[in-house]
Amino acid sequence: MSNTQPTNLKESAEGYKIETENLNAWFGKSHVLKEISLKTKENAITAIIGPSGCGKSTFIRCLNRMHELVPNARVSGKVLLDGKNIYAEGVDPVAVRRKVGMVFQKPNPFPTMSVYDNVASGLKLTGLRDRKKLDVVVKKSLELAFLWDEVKDDLDKSGASLSGGQQQRLCIARTLAVEPEVVLMDEPCSALDPQATAKIEQLMTKLEENYTVVIVTHNMQQAARVSDFTAFMYLGEVVEYGSTRQIFENPKNELTERYITGKFG
Amino acid sequence: MVSRTRQKMIPSMTSFSERNNKVLDKKTGWSGDRFFKFLAAVLAFSVIVILVLMIVELTEGSLPVLNKFGINFVTGVDWNPVEGRESFGILPYILGTLITSSIALIVGVPISLGIAIFLAEMAPSVVKTPLSFIIELLAAVPSVIYGLWGIFVFRFWVRDFVEKPVSTYLGFIPIFQGTPFGLDILTAGIILAIMIIPTVSSVSREVLVAVPNSQKEAAYSIGATKWEAIRIGVLSYARSGLAGAAILGLGRAVGETMAVTMVIGNAVGAAALPTSFFRGGQTMASLIANEFNEANPVSLHPSALIGVGLVLFIFALAINVFAQILIWRIVRVRRGAAE
Amino acid sequence: MTSYMIRKFKDKLAFILSFLCVLVAIIPLGSILMEVVKNGAPALSIQFLTSPPGAVGEAEGGIASSIQGTLILIGLTSLIGVPLGLMSGVYLAEFGDNVLGRSIRFFNDVLMQFPSIVVGIFVYMLMVLALGSFSTIAGAVALSIIMLPIVARTTEESIKLVPNSTREAAMALGIRRWRTIISIVLNSARSGIVTGTLLSIARIAGETAPLIMTILGSQWFFAGLKAPMDALPLRVWRLALLPYDYAHQQGWGAALILIIIVLTLNVGVRFATRGRYTGR
Repeated sequence: MSNTQPTNLKESAEGYKIETENLNAWFGKSHVLKEISLKTKENAITAIIGPSGCGKSTFIRCLNRMHELVPNARVSGKVLLDGKNIYAEGVDPVAVRRKVGMVFQKPNPFPTMSVYDNVASGLKLTGLRDRKKLDVVVKKSLELAFLWDEVKDDLDKSGASLSGGQQQRLCIARTLAVEPEVVLMDEPCSALDPQATAKIEQLMTKLEENYTVVIVTHNMQQAARVSDFTAFMYLGEVVEYGSTRQIFENPKNELTERYITGKFG
Repeated sequence: MVSRTRQKMIPSMTSFSERNNKVLDKKTGWSGDRFFKFLAAVLAFSVIVILVLMIVELTEGSLPVLNKFGINFVTGVDWNPVEGRESFGILPYILGTLITSSIALIVGVPISLGIAIFLAEMAPSVVKTPLSFIIELLAAVPSVIYGLWGIFVFRFWVRDFVEKPVSTYLGFIPIFQGTPFGLDILTAGIILAIMIIPTVSSVSREVLVAVPNSQKEAAYSIGATKWEAIRIGVLSYARSGLAGAAILGLGRAVGETMAVTMVIGNAVGAAALPTSFFRGGQTMASLIANEFNEANPVSLHPSALIGVGLVLFIFALAINVFAQILIWRIVRVRRGAAE
Repeated sequence: MTSYMIRKFKDKLAFILSFLCVLVAIIPLGSILMEVVKNGAPALSIQFLTSPPGAVGEAEGGIASSIQGTLILIGLTSLIGVPLGLMSGVYLAEFGDNVLGRSIRFFNDVLMQFPSIVVGIFVYMLMVLALGSFSTIAGAVALSIIMLPIVARTTEESIKLVPNSTREAAMALGIRRWRTIISIVLNSARSGIVTGTLLSIARIAGETAPLIMTILGSQWFFAGLKAPMDALPLRVWRLALLPYDYAHQQGWGAALILIIIVLTLNVGVRFATRGRYTGR
């Protein structure tokens, strides 16, 4: 029922970074994702929109194997990262999560660590000790996250002492520091005020130069502003998927049109 | 699929993602997680191992004396460690434990309940923290210091304010017979009462706080006064939990050693049978503390003392398990692993 | 009197009575503290604090060996009890939502309320009889059995306070579960864990009963892990039972030192964590 590739796509040399094939997910008996086959373009921003409960958060949590951390959660089907199935036998989920990073709805910097330590945490815990190299990575990550200027004079202050928007950018920097290839964002701005949101949207646009970004959002205007491709989900299925422009200006499916024009959700 | 070369953070360094490319292809040992969980489980299991070992060792150590005296060990009243004329009966000590603990409960539980009610329901919030802190300090004082205070200070209070008057007017009643001296069952019982107050009052307080507000609100809505609302809406609901708190106090009182042994007068054998509040006595715990180091290792004496320990262990285990069950029912704390 | 007035009266009475209960509980505490300070302070002197006990009957001597013994016991016991208790708490909090976890938790609570003298007998049989002598290490083992459930319980509760979002953040970064627990979760829970540990130390510092049949007590300074040793609570007991006045005074002095240690730990810990909340 769902499309596998975005419609109206200009042919380009770029390929698909993450593809799902017949992805299903359950919470116990509850069938939350139904036969999702979706391909997301590399170095682009793909937005997943849909009403509450349609399964969009569950979907992206399947992309970095976080879904299975919930007791009684189950997955079937394939998720291909650069052509390789991350759910294949013997694949280490921890390695997957280093390639596919995630930013959460509520900013969650590590409470007892400084700004510096937060950003460096992923690296330190996987073995990097060289202070000079850490310094470089921390700075670059904070710059990419549009946070460097605001914290550069006091990297030792507690991560929790920053404002909400700053904390979220800190979390983004932390994710970028381990150099993932894909960055997943689960409603990253819903706990933030408009100025903070604008900053993050700005940085997302910069991010897509080097990363594949998949963002879940309930804010349609945000999806329209920021993303290249949009998928509309409803009740666990992808109803329509195409370039953002097409979805918002010329939706092919009636459900899509009703959601976009605010008739439900 | 050609991917555009990404800007690396540190050009000279292989990025983690690149290193991990190989990792996605083959089986990685994430046995680190499994080993950690196993290690933690084994160490956590040590609690059960310790309890089991205790039962085994205590039983083994008591066998000599139990083999010789059988049920008389528990029902006899003579206590004579002298070789050739041995007799080991622990009934007086069992009774001593029961009586002193009963005194502790009778005196201590109502006071603890009063404290719990005051702190949970009546006290203005400014005063709650400092007061509960002070009560907690009572628990921090070591038992031996209670004993020290008991010998040199408290026993005179009991003797002069309680025993002397009672003895003068009611001294003809058997349980009040004997010259009031202060180092006796009564003093031991009252000190135990003081020592169980922090435990019983804090658990009772938890129990009272766990009662849903709706009960109290229902009482208010029919025009009850504050005390009536507490009585109807809280106390009756919390009954079993409060009973659990009291039994927990009992468990504590049964096991208390030092303070008791210093003020109870240390009677032995038939003389230890609790016949009067004003006479010296002995509990199972205090006996062990008193005699353990003097017991002749090549006689049955140590085995007898271990036997006392076994009986005490069984008492304490039964009481504590029972109390835990009662409390777990009312204070249903949500226990879930974080995953 | 109308029935309404009676009810109002009972209401007031309940308030007064329950407040009286609080007072009744505070009086002994006040008396104990006062007496310990009043009787113990005169005994304190440099000589008292730095010399070992003299021969029985002699007024010379002090409690230096007892203080040393208590400190050594605290150190040894923590060495055994803290790692054990910590890992138990970790297991219960992170992996313990099953039958095994529930039974461990239950018996942990039971062990926590146990008569310490029975623990002493147990270790006596296990170690003193087996090794052939009363020993410092036996005392440490006995005290660590008492410490274990306290540390396990407080560790478990502190870890449970760490919000799940912190764990999720670490997992999403590709950090392994065990690494997450050790470096992130325990770190976030550390003030609660430290508090619990310090309070358990205060508790074992005052324990006497299990020491009677494990370290026995001694007139000398520390003589090795396998030899008997002295400790403050033991010395208080022995001094209190001697028929000499000087001994009683020394007993109060030793009690004063002991109570200073215990109360400093208790009060210090509460004070340090007032208003601070873990995990955010």
